Amino acid sequence: MVTINIWGALRPAVNGAASIELDATTIRDLFEKLEAQYPKTLPYIEEGIAVSIDGTIYQDSWSHPLPTDAEIYLLPRIAGG
Amino acid sequence: MNKETKFTERTFKSVGTRPVRPDGVDKVTGRARYGADYDMPGQLIGLMLRSPHAHATIKKIDTSAAEQLPGVKAVVTSKDLPDLTDGDTDLKCILENSMARKKAFYDGHAVAAVAAVDMPTAKAALKLINVEYKIHKHVTDVDKAADPKAPVLHKDCFTKGVEPAPVKPSNIAASSEFGHGDVGKGFDDADFVVERNFRTEQTHQGYIEPHACVASVSPDGSGELWVCTQGHFVFRQQCAQLLGMDMAKLRVTSSEIGGGFGGKTHLWLEPVALALSRKANLPVKLTMTREDVFRASGPTSATSIDIKIGIKNDGTITAGEATLRYTSGPWKGSWAMLGAMTAFACYDLENVKTTGLEILVNRPKTTAYRAPSAPMAAFAVESVIDELAGKIGRDPVAVRIQNAAKEGTQSSYGPVYGPIGIGPTLEAAAKHPHMSAPLGENQGRGMACGFWFNFGGQSCTHINIDIDGTVTLTVGTIDVGGARASLSLVVAEELGINYEQVKTVIGDTGNLGYNEMTDGSRGTFASSMSAIMSARKAIEELKQRAAMMWDVSVDEVSWEDGHARATGNSNLPPLSIAEIAAGAGKTGGPIAGHTELNADGAGVSFATHICDVEVDPETGLTRVIRYTVIQDAGKAVHPTYVEGQFQGGATQGIGWALNEEYIYGDDGRLQNPGFLDYRIPVCSDLPMIDTQILEIPNPNHPYGIRGVGETSIVPPLAAIANAVSNASGVRMTHVPMSPPRILAAIEEAETTTA
Repeated sequence: MVTINIWGALRPAVNGAASIELDATTIRDLFEKLEAQYPKTLPYIEEGIAVSIDGTIYQDSWSHPLPTDAEIYLLPRIAGG
Repeated sequence: MNKETKFTERTFKSVGTRPVRPDGVDKVTGRARYGADYDMPGQLIGLMLRSPHAHATIKKIDTSAAEQLPGVKAVVTSKDLPDLTDGDTDLKCILENSMARKKAFYDGHAVAAVAAVDMPTAKAALKLINVEYKIHKHVTDVDKAADPKAPVLHKDCFTKGVEPAPVKPSNIAASSEFGHGDVGKGFDDADFVVERNFRTEQTHQGYIEPHACVASVSPDGSGELWVCTQGHFVFRQQCAQLLGMDMAKLRVTSSEIGGGFGGKTHLWLEPVALALSRKANLPVKLTMTREDVFRASGPTSATSIDIKIGIKNDGTITAGEATLRYTSGPWKGSWAMLGAMTAFACYDLENVKTTGLEILVNRPKTTAYRAPSAPMAAFAVESVIDELAGKIGRDPVAVRIQNAAKEGTQSSYGPVYGPIGIGPTLEAAAKHPHMSAPLGENQGRGMACGFWFNFGGQSCTHINIDIDGTVTLTVGTIDVGGARASLSLVVAEELGINYEQVKTVIGDTGNLGYNEMTDGSRGTFASSMSAIMSARKAIEELKQRAAMMWDVSVDEVSWEDGHARATGNSNLPPLSIAEIAAGAGKTGGPIAGHTELNADGAGVSFATHICDVEVDPETGLTRVIRYTVIQDAGKAVHPTYVEGQFQGGATQGIGWALNEEYIYGDDGRLQNPGFLDYRIPVCSDLPMIDTQILEIPNPNHPYGIRGVGETSIVPPLAAIANAVSNASGVRMTHVPMSPPRILAAIEEAETTTA
């Protein structure tokens, strides 16, 4: 199990929780479990969610592992100019 | 799957040098081809008809007279761009913005377009199009638009991201909240609390080259698009989706780019050019005038920011809170959440709360402008921190150093930081001679910090070892600031050859796999990572070929300084890259290296700026007399271009801070759509902008490279505002600090004092 911290705008989609526990081992796994357990997150997943693992932000790496003791944050996908 | 890209310490030979840029001669001699420099046989001239109204229902469009005008080959309206977006809301916004459908949402919104044999005919045709409008009340001001009594742009807009979900529509499209701790307790613990509202006006990126493209769609369903863009692969994907074309059949070639800064990450006229070409069955060139660029491309947001920060007498910041409202144009997508995420990112705060709100207004759709949303947030936060430092009688640099985020700090947007560079930039600022230089009468000094995320993303590169030993690197990211030079340096470094032996070209969409835009400070970071991997694959192939030429095992071949060396037989002289390449036809064919990857781990970036200004108390005119940028660049591949990015960001920030603003009349029409009335800084407005590059390696890049293009625009609004406030004795809270605004602030302060 990993602890996933949720940013404010996503919390309504996970019943208002600031963090949730998921049995996920990779970023892809995380999104699959997130959608399965919290279907309201689907529009956000489709729009793009970034995953911060121990302070490094990943935008596209499905295969990246989620260590069980890692600090994990879901964040809006970062844009830029 | 991502590749192993971790940083390894090394001594560089090419990276870090300052060779002449490979595109320089073409650019200074006029050979370089920009968006409007390309022509196709039989090409038509396209023109757009734009709404003169800020908010109006389109009751009827009669194009019959225009269609009958001799020389007119096609007229298109929204009917020629059917909705193929299939629930993709972002794409739907692009479609609606490209050509108004039921409503025109801003002054300048396209409502129809023509393609004709020449410009006079096209202009005459536009006059023959009759549009019947029903005009609605409009709103262009950010705070007025957020008011529940404001005219609502979209009846189906319910604020996203709040619980419970609103039952009434409004112009507040989205809300994003970040933070941790208890700000109420933090303010209770403070000895001083400052609470203010700050406003920034809408500005344009001000790129010199207007948008331009040439589109050609064949009856067989294939097409070509030559376009000035920051991301031709993204343009291809979105245009193909909007036009119902197969992506593989639409070939998009990027031109040279005369500036973008985020404004060329978005489609504006390209789908219309393709629709015109498809209807006319001829190529169509469509260009924007400067007026079109101001009225109908994508400026940055206007903002209104409520900010509250508390501090103890010992200098500890106890809490920070901000509500940040960003105009988004008529559709959501202004990245208010990035303002909320970045506002306090420089600091180590126990209690912090930020809320970013996207506000819909009857202005053109906003798009990114270098570190989108961050400069306005920094303006508010850094201004108040300066004010609080004054209240406790402390040096503003020292207060920032005391509260600076560091490794292990929980960032204001959530994650805990790894190694970061805010502390080193502040320490460098404290020691910089600029900080202790004397000031004259009516002069003031300000400083401020800034943060930006940076990102990487999908990138694909290809290296060909040509038979004379020169090397062609093909990349899919646009060169907006010297990337071809930087990427050539990286490949030269990896292969161990001279910079002059490498030619970097930008491939079209048929040459490479998908590449994301050159945005988010990702161009050099991501494409260099991919290029290094491509070069390493090419080296493995070169070693194989050398082994074959020597008749030894490849395990006995090493690669060093551009040569293969036989490690087990010192009698074999090294083989140069040219010698191996010359025999490629006999040893297995062309030698190449190719990589596709997701370049994650860009690493966050920090900067500290110092600024001196002189304010004329009679006229309110501000002159920047000295400016210094200090920023962590990771490894600076080509230091001159890193410095150029620093200077460019500062310069744009100076214009934003002092002069630039969209001015709307009561009728909702833009009053200043040209460079005469919308004044960007020119050389005579600027001092030499000094730079100091800090090189703290990015652990997630093989050479330690970070993005550098955006962070430099984050601190200037605040640094200049602090300098102006110190020079004039009045806290400035509204950007731009134009002469009338400064005079008004001085007079108001004098009236209050009297």
